[in-house]
Amino acid sequence: MKDPKIYGHWPYRDRPKVTWPGDKKLAFWVAPNIEYYELHPPKNPHRSPWARPNPDIVGYAYRDHGNRVGNWRLIEAMEKYNIPGTVSLSVAMCDHFPEMIDTVNDLGWEFFSHGVYNTRYAYGMDRAQERQMLQYTIDRIKAQTGQQTRGYLAPALTHTIHTIELLAELGFTYSCDLFQDDQPQPLNVPGNPLVSMPYSLEVNDHYAFNVFGMSPQQYTDILKRQFDTLLEEGGTSGTVMCIPIHAYLVGRSHRISPFEEILRYADEHKDDIWITRAGDIADHYLANHYDDARTHIAQFGGSDAA
Amino acid sequence: MPLDPNFLRYPMLRKGMDHDLYPAANMFEQPKVSWPDGKSVALMVTVAVEFFPLTPNDGPFRAAGHMATPFPDFRTFTARDYGNRIAIYRIMDALAAANIPATAFVSSALIDRTPKLVQDIQSTGWEIAAHGEDMNNIHYGDMPLDVEQRQIEACLSAWSDYGVTPKGWMSPGRGQSEDTLSLLKRAGIEWTADWGNDDMPYAMNDGPVAMPYTDEMEDRKCITILGQNEEVWSQQVIGAADLLAKEAQSHGGRILHLALTPYIIGQPFRIKFLRDLLTELAGRDDLWCATASEIYTTWQEQMA
Repeated sequence: MKDPKIYGHWPYRDRPKVTWPGDKKLAFWVAPNIEYYELHPPKNPHRSPWARPNPDIVGYAYRDHGNRVGNWRLIEAMEKYNIPGTVSLSVAMCDHFPEMIDTVNDLGWEFFSHGVYNTRYAYGMDRAQERQMLQYTIDRIKAQTGQQTRGYLAPALTHTIHTIELLAELGFTYSCDLFQDDQPQPLNVPGNPLVSMPYSLEVNDHYAFNVFGMSPQQYTDILKRQFDTLLEEGGTSGTVMCIPIHAYLVGRSHRISPFEEILRYADEHKDDIWITRAGDIADHYLANHYDDARTHIAQFGGSDAA
Repeated sequence: MPLDPNFLRYPMLRKGMDHDLYPAANMFEQPKVSWPDGKSVALMVTVAVEFFPLTPNDGPFRAAGHMATPFPDFRTFTARDYGNRIAIYRIMDALAAANIPATAFVSSALIDRTPKLVQDIQSTGWEIAAHGEDMNNIHYGDMPLDVEQRQIEACLSAWSDYGVTPKGWMSPGRGQSEDTLSLLKRAGIEWTADWGNDDMPYAMNDGPVAMPYTDEMEDRKCITILGQNEEVWSQQVIGAADLLAKEAQSHGGRILHLALTPYIIGQPFRIKFLRDLLTELAGRDDLWCATASEIYTTWQEQMA
């Protein structure tokens, strides 16, 4: 297979104009990952969860810091600047740390499904197994928070060839799994309308700190540049900026204060941007821009070879 | 061929942790601790003083810093040796100049290999904490219990023969088996630095207290893994000191852990940044500079 053909080719030129509520040019969302990594996960035949044999306490403790310490610093920082989170949730957290989930829910943050545990991968699952896992996450979030979850990001970004089509079948409205665009894009799957929602690898704190080795200040600098560029382009057609973060990274004592600077920067621009949650972006897009986008994209055809 | 059905079963899905080693907790809900003289932040400097044998252990992993090229890896072996003969003295002098004590994690093999070094560590007033016999003696899942017991015993009796009773322990490579915590407790160890999941101490269900170990700010992590330069590393430490002092206003005493690796930060081109960092920290009047056991004991007494 050369191309999964999930979406059509769509040049970033002369696109139909997207506007966000209040005529805003940039939809800005922050995605805290609230995750659970198991101490003794079963080993997926395609990928090993830990670098060392179980128990890998160095790796495990590194993540656990987020749930003991970092999440609380992050929640305080976001609340300080009135930025609601859209949480990428390992739904096992509903069982392991229910009070944390209830606290976040009471703040008005949205939850989307990030699988059950971040140590359980979709690799090797057949369609029925993946469907069962996805449905479980919908049900668990609903039972704990009352929210009908609409979004998905695969645990540890592990997919199968069925993933996107299953999302549409199960009533999701947005997928954070695809990185091809700075605007939402209608996806070519049967069933309910489904869009790709700009999330990010490049300005994801995991990439910034662990891949590029950035200092906390450098991360804030790139976030500001990301923001400035997408806001300017948003005047032509509304863009989406997402800041994906992990409390065990950005919630560290040497990183949280520099990170607050970008939250403050967004708050300072609140008259120009829509500070919002991903589900709200998807709802607005589906109601106002989905059909025009489909029509526009159809003209760009491209090779049909699969 | 689908995945084994066990991949969709979650036997440890329950309230709290997915194990019985320690309870789930929110650091911000713990009882507040007070440091001496009303200080906000306890500065805990730790130094790795390690022996890496030329023939590394076979598996299942090697501790960070170990031999990296095929036997005989003279380059790594001697570069580590640099840490224990040159760099360590630069660090000792820098800490003494700032009047800041340290806690050294020392391979017990160095008692016989570099006796003068071990004496100098003691006479400079540093605490000695156990760090296994040498960097081959890792702890890992499913290791035979008797092997693990012998490893711990060999290390602690070497110290005992030398006249030191360590209160603290850090495993070579900071790994543990399922049994390490209870074995350490039975051996009389009071705190361990293997767990990096909190910024404050916390009690294990059956094991020594976990003292905070901030691996994200280790010189080794920042400089050799993240590729940052020493100036950026030291700026992050200052940032952490600022944040923790602020947090202490509402939440009680905080701990700033600074992990130093001699063969890294003790290089001639880097030592200036350590000296400047320590001068800056020593100049802060809200810092209590103490050894790990002093901090542990003060915390422990208030938690009783």
